[in-house]
Amino acid sequence: MIHFENVGLRYGMGTEVLRDVSFHVPARSFQFLTGPSGAGKTTLLRLLFMSLKPTRGLITVFGKDRSRISARDLPAMRRRIGVVFQDFRLLDHMTTYENVALPLRVRGRDESSYRQDVIELLKWVGLGERMHVLPPVLSGGEKQRAAIARALIEQPDMLLADEPTGNVDPPLARRLLRLFMELNRLGTAVVIATHDLTLMDQVDARRMVLTGGRLDIYD
Amino acid sequence: MTEIAEPAVAMPARRMRRAPTPIVPVQNVAGTALVVVIAIMTFLSCLTLGAVTLVRDASSAWQTEISREATIQIKPADGIDMETSLLAAQRIAAGFAGVRSASIVDEAATARLLEPWLGTGLDLDELPVPRLIVVTIDPLAPPDFPTMRALLSGEVPGASLDDHRTWADRLVAMANTTVAIGLSILALMLAATVLTVVFATRGAMDGNGHIIEVLHFVGAEARFIAGEFRRHFLWTGLKGAAIGGAAAIVVFIGFAIWSSANLATPEGDQAAALFGNFAIGPTGYLGVALVAATVTILTGATTHLTVAGYLSELDGRQNA
Repeated sequence: MIHFENVGLRYGMGTEVLRDVSFHVPARSFQFLTGPSGAGKTTLLRLLFMSLKPTRGLITVFGKDRSRISARDLPAMRRRIGVVFQDFRLLDHMTTYENVALPLRVRGRDESSYRQDVIELLKWVGLGERMHVLPPVLSGGEKQRAAIARALIEQPDMLLADEPTGNVDPPLARRLLRLFMELNRLGTAVVIATHDLTLMDQVDARRMVLTGGRLDIYD
Repeated sequence: MTEIAEPAVAMPARRMRRAPTPIVPVQNVAGTALVVVIAIMTFLSCLTLGAVTLVRDASSAWQTEISREATIQIKPADGIDMETSLLAAQRIAAGFAGVRSASIVDEAATARLLEPWLGTGLDLDELPVPRLIVVTIDPLAPPDFPTMRALLSGEVPGASLDDHRTWADRLVAMANTTVAIGLSILALMLAATVLTVVFATRGAMDGNGHIIEVLHFVGAEARFIAGEFRRHFLWTGLKGAAIGGAAAIVVFIGFAIWSSANLATPEGDQAAALFGNFAIGPTGYLGVALVAATVTILTGATTHLTVAGYLSELDGRQNA
């Protein structure tokens, strides 16, 4: 699905943040991306999401060379990847329902064509009663679930989650993990960036460990 | 899908059918200050256009007034009987189609014309003063001036015809220059408006960076994002242009009322001498509507191009 080969990245003239990173994310796979703070997890996620280009190396996304994907084709490619950010990035002036429906709205789809799907998804993540609430009123866990629902609404081939349990208590973290596993069971490849060892110990999944810009993989 | 968390209650469908919240919050971009700036720019543009219309109409009026008359001048010379020549020239001029009348400026009137330079009590017989015949013509179907000129110089010695073309041409040239200057000022005003909108749009883009970023990662295309911003600025431009245009129309109507209320007063005569009838015709009002529409369209187009450029830069930065 996504393939990295000897990928390196540096910001400006600085030292390399990522060095010789090579890995493959198969379809329907589940993996954790971990490592100490500042190891480059978020940068690697941004490369996966095509919001950065590598300084060197080869990245293949859904069978296409990243360096050959034009700006015009990027939106369609990005729609195949759902992203959940640590800080949620919900739009505070829009309701939970509107935030979750945003990916469909930006495609110009009529609301009547997706209303039921969004409501069902909101119920699935447990926000059925909070759909008309603005994000500032939501708790941290509710915001996280709203962000996850937004990432899932287009049924992406892959979900990238950056520290999805960073702002929630352990019971909610377990519920969110169950949600990701359910999603994976339904066919979506999942990459969770986290440094929460307790969370990782709950699932027997591949671990990609970043240390000082280098990646080690433990299957 | 099986529900993961707590059960939810189905929401009434009617609650979902309200108008969607704008993706870019109105208060983030459609600042009152920008509406005021656009209103002022439109107002000044409309006033400039009004002034241009006024000058153009006045010049047209001057030209018509002048082209209603021509003058035959007969210079005195030895052996010429001035009275006979005057009558002959009058007869020739009156015989042309398009000539409404040809009247000789008599000696008393000629003396009055020269009075400012030569004083009173002038005896024209003692001075070689040219005599004039005022030819009133039909401005819609003027006579054949070249033929009249040739006939007069052939049959009446010392006669020459002045159809005021040189003077009219100078006036037209002056008026055209004024109109050109006015249109240049109008173009500068519109350029300043465009630049103001560019700065405002870029400011709004910077202020809404988090929204643009979210739109980017949910897969929004650049033209969708540009469309969201363009809609807001188009509305801002429309409001500003409508306010500015309406204010200009109020000023025009005010001047027209003042002008008609001051007819035959010294102030009114002064204004009339400069601008003729101080009223903006239908063309002027149409021009105001045109300026307002142009400002609105320019605002929308400028926003679109600025946002497209901004997004392109953003992609460039990401891909650097």
